[in-house]
Amino acid sequence: MEKTTIPKMLSGFTRGLKRFFLAAILAAAAASLLGFLSPLIVGFTVDSVIGDKASELPGPLMSLFETLSAGGNLSRRLTVCALFIACCALLAAVFNFTSRINMAKGSERMINNLRVRLFTHTQHLPFEWHTKHLTGDIIQRCTSDVETVRRFVFQQLLEVLRTVILVVIAMSIMFSLNVVMALAVTVFIPVILVYTIFFSMRVSKKFRACDEAEGELMVRVQENLTGVRVVRAFGRERYETERFDEKNINYTKMWTSLGGTYGLFWGIGDSVAALQLLTVVVVGSYLAATSSFTFGELVVFLSYSQMLMWPVRQLGRVMSEMSKTGVSLNRIKEILDSPAEKDDPEALRPPMDSDIEFSGVSFTYDEQPVLQNVSFSIKSGSTFGILGATGSGKSTLTYLLNNLYELPEGGGLITIGGVDVSKIEKSYLRKNIGLVLQEPFLFSKTILENIDISSRSRNLDRVREKARIAAVDENIMEFANGYDTIVGERGVTLSGGQKQRVAIARTLMMGAPIMVFDDSMSNLDMETDAKIRESLRSDTEGSTVILISHRISTLMRADTIMVLEDGRIAEIGSHSELVAMDGIYRRVYDLQSGYVTD
Amino acid sequence: MEYEQETTSGLSLKMWLRLVKYFKQMKRQIFPALITVVLTTAAFSAFPLFTRYAVDHFVIPGTTDGLPLFAGAYFAFIVCVGTGDVMWVKLLMAVEMKIGLLIRRDSFVHLQKLQIAYHNVNSVGYLIGRVMSDTERIGGMISWGFSGFIEALLTLVFSITYMLILSPKLALILMIVIPVAGLVAWYFQRKIMVVSRKVRELNSRITGAYNEGITGSKTSKTLVIEDVNSEEFAKLSAKMLRESVRNSRLNAIMMPMVMSLGSIALSILLYRGGILVSREMLDFGVLSAFIAYAVSTIEPIVWVSGIMSEMVSAQVGIERVTGLQGETVTIADSPEVVEKYGDTFEPKVENWEPVLGGVTFDNVTFKYPDGEEYVLEDFSLDIPPGTTVAIVGETGAGKSTIVNLACRFYEPTSGRVLIDGRDSRERSQLWLHSSLGYVLQDPHLFSGTIMENIRYGKLEASDEDVIAAARLVAADTVADRMPEGFGAEVGEGGDKLSTGEKQLISFARAVLADPPIFVLDEATSSIDTETERLIQDAISHMLTGRTSFIIAHRLSTIAHADLILVVEDGRIVERGTHKELLASGGHYSELYKAMRIDGLSPM
Repeated sequence: MEKTTIPKMLSGFTRGLKRFFLAAILAAAAASLLGFLSPLIVGFTVDSVIGDKASELPGPLMSLFETLSAGGNLSRRLTVCALFIACCALLAAVFNFTSRINMAKGSERMINNLRVRLFTHTQHLPFEWHTKHLTGDIIQRCTSDVETVRRFVFQQLLEVLRTVILVVIAMSIMFSLNVVMALAVTVFIPVILVYTIFFSMRVSKKFRACDEAEGELMVRVQENLTGVRVVRAFGRERYETERFDEKNINYTKMWTSLGGTYGLFWGIGDSVAALQLLTVVVVGSYLAATSSFTFGELVVFLSYSQMLMWPVRQLGRVMSEMSKTGVSLNRIKEILDSPAEKDDPEALRPPMDSDIEFSGVSFTYDEQPVLQNVSFSIKSGSTFGILGATGSGKSTLTYLLNNLYELPEGGGLITIGGVDVSKIEKSYLRKNIGLVLQEPFLFSKTILENIDISSRSRNLDRVREKARIAAVDENIMEFANGYDTIVGERGVTLSGGQKQRVAIARTLMMGAPIMVFDDSMSNLDMETDAKIRESLRSDTEGSTVILISHRISTLMRADTIMVLEDGRIAEIGSHSELVAMDGIYRRVYDLQSGYVTD
Repeated sequence: MEYEQETTSGLSLKMWLRLVKYFKQMKRQIFPALITVVLTTAAFSAFPLFTRYAVDHFVIPGTTDGLPLFAGAYFAFIVCVGTGDVMWVKLLMAVEMKIGLLIRRDSFVHLQKLQIAYHNVNSVGYLIGRVMSDTERIGGMISWGFSGFIEALLTLVFSITYMLILSPKLALILMIVIPVAGLVAWYFQRKIMVVSRKVRELNSRITGAYNEGITGSKTSKTLVIEDVNSEEFAKLSAKMLRESVRNSRLNAIMMPMVMSLGSIALSILLYRGGILVSREMLDFGVLSAFIAYAVSTIEPIVWVSGIMSEMVSAQVGIERVTGLQGETVTIADSPEVVEKYGDTFEPKVENWEPVLGGVTFDNVTFKYPDGEEYVLEDFSLDIPPGTTVAIVGETGAGKSTIVNLACRFYEPTSGRVLIDGRDSRERSQLWLHSSLGYVLQDPHLFSGTIMENIRYGKLEASDEDVIAAARLVAADTVADRMPEGFGAEVGEGGDKLSTGEKQLISFARAVLADPPIFVLDEATSSIDTETERLIQDAISHMLTGRTSFIIAHRLSTIAHADLILVVEDGRIVERGTHKELLASGGHYSELYKAMRIDGLSPM
């Protein structure tokens, strides 16, 4: 994906929503206009209806007023004025409502687009990206950064527009009424701008520090709770509390310090706003006393400067929010800019029940060589076993086979039926390789939904059949809710062995022609392990099976067994060949079978 | 459990009183803040008086006499108010953060004391929510919410007072409108609250969905269910969209309604005021000041009702936080024990007897708190110090129960567990836990380096000690593979390492602790045979003279144990040595035969 700019990114999410934003802006403008009319009428009422000064109302309004109050007495004329104000207010209310609801629809839909896009994108980001990013950090970006953007668009964006509209209209009316007074009010605008820019920079810097401190505190709490058993078993409660205190106090300090900055910022803002009012009162009083400036005009000016006071004060806060939103948008953009997995336009869907071939495969992860020049082939329909020490690169082989990791240029070639796996459509490839992971993840759903997740067949019989093969049906039926038991973080905690067996059943549901078991029975006892393998044999009839295990008993029936050592093939052959070879396999075999006399 | 419905509606004083202990600790912060808020608010509402003065003394008489003095006074006043403002924000932020600090700490400490059984049934995300965001909401309410409430209320009171002084007749008009506006606002706020609760609940579900989508990404890819997940998420997100718009619609109706009520009051005021002025029963100045007040009373009404509904929702936060802090600690040290041995945080190590490692089960009956069946009934077993006990049985047969009881992670429903001949309840938990070396099947590592993780077993250990412990169990091979060696980061939860590597490091961690009692729960299930063999001698050497509990599937690990317990369906069906059990021809010998059938005959 090409890199985009923030406006480009945003316009992608607002597609088809422009009408909402446009309606919101127009209605807001209309409401602001009406809001201005009100003080004009008040001024007119005081000056020309109660007093006797010539009217300064715009022509059409004046003639409307004359028509309505033609020949009436003061009470009649006042009634008309009051009605005018009330009508303005009601109309303004209608426009305000229109503006808000359209803004809500526009911004909420936009955020909905953003949320779904982020989720979909993270789903399709390559596996390697996931291993390099902290879950907490990504979640923070997808939730609280998105919330910052939402709040800004929904609450502040219109505020900025309203403020600008207010300032422009107010200024033009004020200038048309009295230039000196208008200038007196205007003087403060550059002042406000300067200190606002200054403070938003400081605030955004401190905000970032606060955010980081919060992140660190969060990580402390999260790690402590996740590792609660370890903490307890080592009696480290006090140590943990001390470490927590450190972050807790730091977090508090950061925010308290930000509070100081905010205090100064808001204090100055309020003072400037009050100073503006003071100027209007003093200059107005002076003018009224020395020139033709009227009391009515002063009232109008006062109303306008009061009206401006709030949005202008607000503008400062909005700007500090804006810089925060910028930070958030950039963090979101970083996720969206990471390239997702993509298929070649000419991706293939070759038959998968064919031979698998690794030729000269080398792979380095984080500067750490994992596989070095590995070549072997697996006959279609055969069973292939892999034995190797911890960290010898067994899992990496399977990740390369189903393209979770991509082979770099010159890193060799992996083919299925002669077709390079990187040329095969990814979803097709993975659907045809049933991989059971070493540490499987179960979703917070029922057991039924978990096993059924790839096919969504809703066929309980089939699910139970597969669960029986995985020797877990009986355990599941013992739960009070059977297959409707919810598992995962929010549900029942399954033991490691139960989890592995549910994962096996889940993968069996895929009915894939290639099956890979990555040490997926390590938490099972030998008996269960043997039981599962026995029933698997008939279920995976005709499939190519790759078994990774530390147990000779698991591997020995395989047609071919490969022994990996430090990323290289040390031995390869059948069980009897390897036992005869007197190498690693033989040593492991001896160790595992020697449990009685040893 | 996580998405429980918030049940309280109306405000409840009782709930807020639960926070009194924190208020007491914060007198020094709260009082100055309160005083500042009251003074500044009072000063703020006096601003229109200046306007009135100016109108009456300069505009109407048409004179500028005394105008500079007035301007000076006005300016001085602004400086005072500005300073008040600065103090206000600073002090309130301090209140908010301090109360947050205290509450978070109490919650955290309480979580350290709560038994494992509690942690088993409460998800981490849910607890984090209580410690972090619920606390934040309370802090925010107590500082900004209360001060906003006071400010709004004071503004109303002052404004009404001024207006009553200026012109009681005109004030009456506003007095009628204010309660009506208040009622309208209150009515809407309550409706909004219901919807916004839904929004909050959906929000936490969305967070959960992200969490699952990201943590499960590897699994999703292998099952090719990325699009299924995305579809499900889109549905959830659309629900959120609907509720948010509903929420906004209510807000969009309420604000303009209250505002236009204010304008209606203004128009009535103008009419009545105009008549009064024309009859010379009222000054121009009074009328203009009055109009200013009329405008400024509407906003506080909206605030007050808004804050009141926020208070109700913060109350839910209090309910949750105090609920957590009030959760009973079922495994607690008795006051006498604390008196003598100290608690987890202030141990009196000097009074601790050395742990020899003798463990005795005396007529122990046990069932898990959430279970229905007894896992152990009248179970008695005497394990002298230095014994190696192996526990064998099918997956899920309940092997960990015995260990959990011995370690006092759970306490027996009836009967006693004795350590060195004394009921373990007569000693502090820390006394026992400090003597444990515990290696779990799902080894949990903390983010940080390999060095730091091993050192967790003994905080004061030197780098050399750490490396020596690592070497003993071949964990140094893990470090050797990394470019940064022992300084290599293991990632979140040890994510960057394979299961086998994590097991080696957690093994080293336990070895470093050098405890008299070892618990190895499937500690080597993912370690390859050769490495296991390599460390086997080290392990058996280490276990000599120490009490150890070993849960394992590999019979090679078990055969040498002094005592083997065979567990089936949560019951101990056989006990004895390897030879005895083979001879008795029971379950254990069947297990053994199963392996022979598999072709691995003993040599």
